[in-house]
Amino acid sequence: MTGEEFVPLSLTPILIGSCAAVACALPGNFLVLRRQALIGDAISHVVLPGIVFAFLATGVIATATMMAGAAAAAILAVVLIEAIRRLGGIEPGAAMGVVFTTMFAGGVLMLELSDTSGVHLDVQHALYGNLESLIWLDALGWESLVDPVALAGLPPELPRMALTLVVMTAFLWLFWRPLKIATFDEGFARTMGIRTTALGFGLVVAAAVAAVAAFDAVGSIIVIAMFICPPAAARLMTDRLEAQIGWSVVFAIVSAVLGYVLAGYGPLWLGGRDSVSAAGMIATVSGVLLAGAAIWGPCRTRSGAPSTTTV
Amino acid sequence: MLELATIGGTAPQTGTALADSPLAIRGLTVSYGEKPAVFSVDMTVEPGRMTAIIGPNGAGKSTLLKAALGIIRPLSGQVQVFGQPMAAQRSRIAYVPQRASVDWDFPTSVIDVVLMGLYRQVGLLGRIRGTHRARARACLDRVGMGDFANRQIGQLSGGQQQRVFLARALAQEADLYLLDEPFAGVDAATEKAIIAVLQSLRAEGRTVVAVHHDLATVPDYFDNVFLINTRRVAEGPVSTAFTADTLQAAYGGRLATAQVDQLSRALV
Repeated sequence: MTGEEFVPLSLTPILIGSCAAVACALPGNFLVLRRQALIGDAISHVVLPGIVFAFLATGVIATATMMAGAAAAAILAVVLIEAIRRLGGIEPGAAMGVVFTTMFAGGVLMLELSDTSGVHLDVQHALYGNLESLIWLDALGWESLVDPVALAGLPPELPRMALTLVVMTAFLWLFWRPLKIATFDEGFARTMGIRTTALGFGLVVAAAVAAVAAFDAVGSIIVIAMFICPPAAARLMTDRLEAQIGWSVVFAIVSAVLGYVLAGYGPLWLGGRDSVSAAGMIATVSGVLLAGAAIWGPCRTRSGAPSTTTV
Repeated sequence: MLELATIGGTAPQTGTALADSPLAIRGLTVSYGEKPAVFSVDMTVEPGRMTAIIGPNGAGKSTLLKAALGIIRPLSGQVQVFGQPMAAQRSRIAYVPQRASVDWDFPTSVIDVVLMGLYRQVGLLGRIRGTHRARARACLDRVGMGDFANRQIGQLSGGQQQRVFLARALAQEADLYLLDEPFAGVDAATEKAIIAVLQSLRAEGRTVVAVHHDLATVPDYFDNVFLINTRRVAEGPVSTAFTADTLQAAYGGRLATAQVDQLSRALV
């Protein structure tokens, strides 16, 4: 494939997909280790009512208001999950399940009842995103990467996802040490003066930010898959958290690139005529990578003590 | 009957002034749900001594420790560490949680766990330097785990895991050591190694408080005892507070009379 074809049509979706995948995989590492990976699922569902509400309240699709609405919904969901868990005395997984299905259903209902036709806001879009449409028509070839006029026509999702990735990286870099200590041993972390509740909340909020930004660009399927599959596969490759982060980034990028290419060309290679959903294929590739790591990864055996405490 | 005077909520026998105590607790009540796990407990730990917190299962031993450390929020009560609020004295406290309270499949190495004990020195973004690593290694040597520094923590036996936790506490170079069941599920060699380290801490003038299960070893290992069964039952030196009467009061029918007799004979 030539640069004239690749750069305008495939480069930006691949870059956006990769940024989204890595931005979600980074906090996903800690969510998986904290047995909270489902919260990625929960967040990507609860942002729907937040986004719809923000749209209904303002009447425009602006990233800032959508982000605000989604973040507000995510925080409301986290608070609700905690409240239900404590007041009901039930386990966190059940509380999460109740909150996110209810809020997602509420979002779908709001979509159905309100006049959002003609606006780029529907369930299909929410699930699969529109990665394939994020093309860069101003580009003529590789030389456009240094052409300011062409660069001005970049899809806005690209700088947005790149910024999200920078924010996620900065968050992990800044709070690396307390996150690691608090994830391994929360009680000990508290005695060291680490505010573990605020930190855990911060992690969920950071994950929500990544989810909201990625949700807009690539849809919730990629978000859910990237929170779990690359970190889980990475955990099976190494026994060091630092290396696990590295592996998860590799798996996320491989999923995004390979998934995009397979979605675009795979069916043609197989004699089909149409390409398939890139978001779906990226999520599928990440799942296949996880399966591969689960079969061949070097660090698959559980050896630690079970987590039980006595009062 | 001096020891009978300690049964119930009466004043402790230690005579340590509140401000001098490494850990002074007043009126501490903790509840999970409706039933209190710890009810209106006073405790005054004597400095430079080894104190065992003992009591039946579910008596609130670990809860008392966690509430004193601020890990769980008490309903009421005051905790003072060296005469000041806990938050002002964090650097003087080291805590060894129950081994089973963490996930040992966490992807990290033995030396990394010990380095966690240096978090307050290294700080949020400070670099871990050679001196920090040397100190962590010295702490591992002290518990006999020097050869395991680069092992993945999940590959350790229960006793080895417990020693790594103790090494992490040693790295904190604290004045007050609080341990939750340090001897639970460890091999005899580890138990010996741990008690030797704790005794050396006492010899250095540091204070040790441990939740303990094995009544038979209390007189050998500890100077003082704190008996709890949701409420404080008795507190003081082993000779006066660890008696057949106080044990009966703490454990009730759960401790066979024969066992009490045997213990009290051992105490004479």
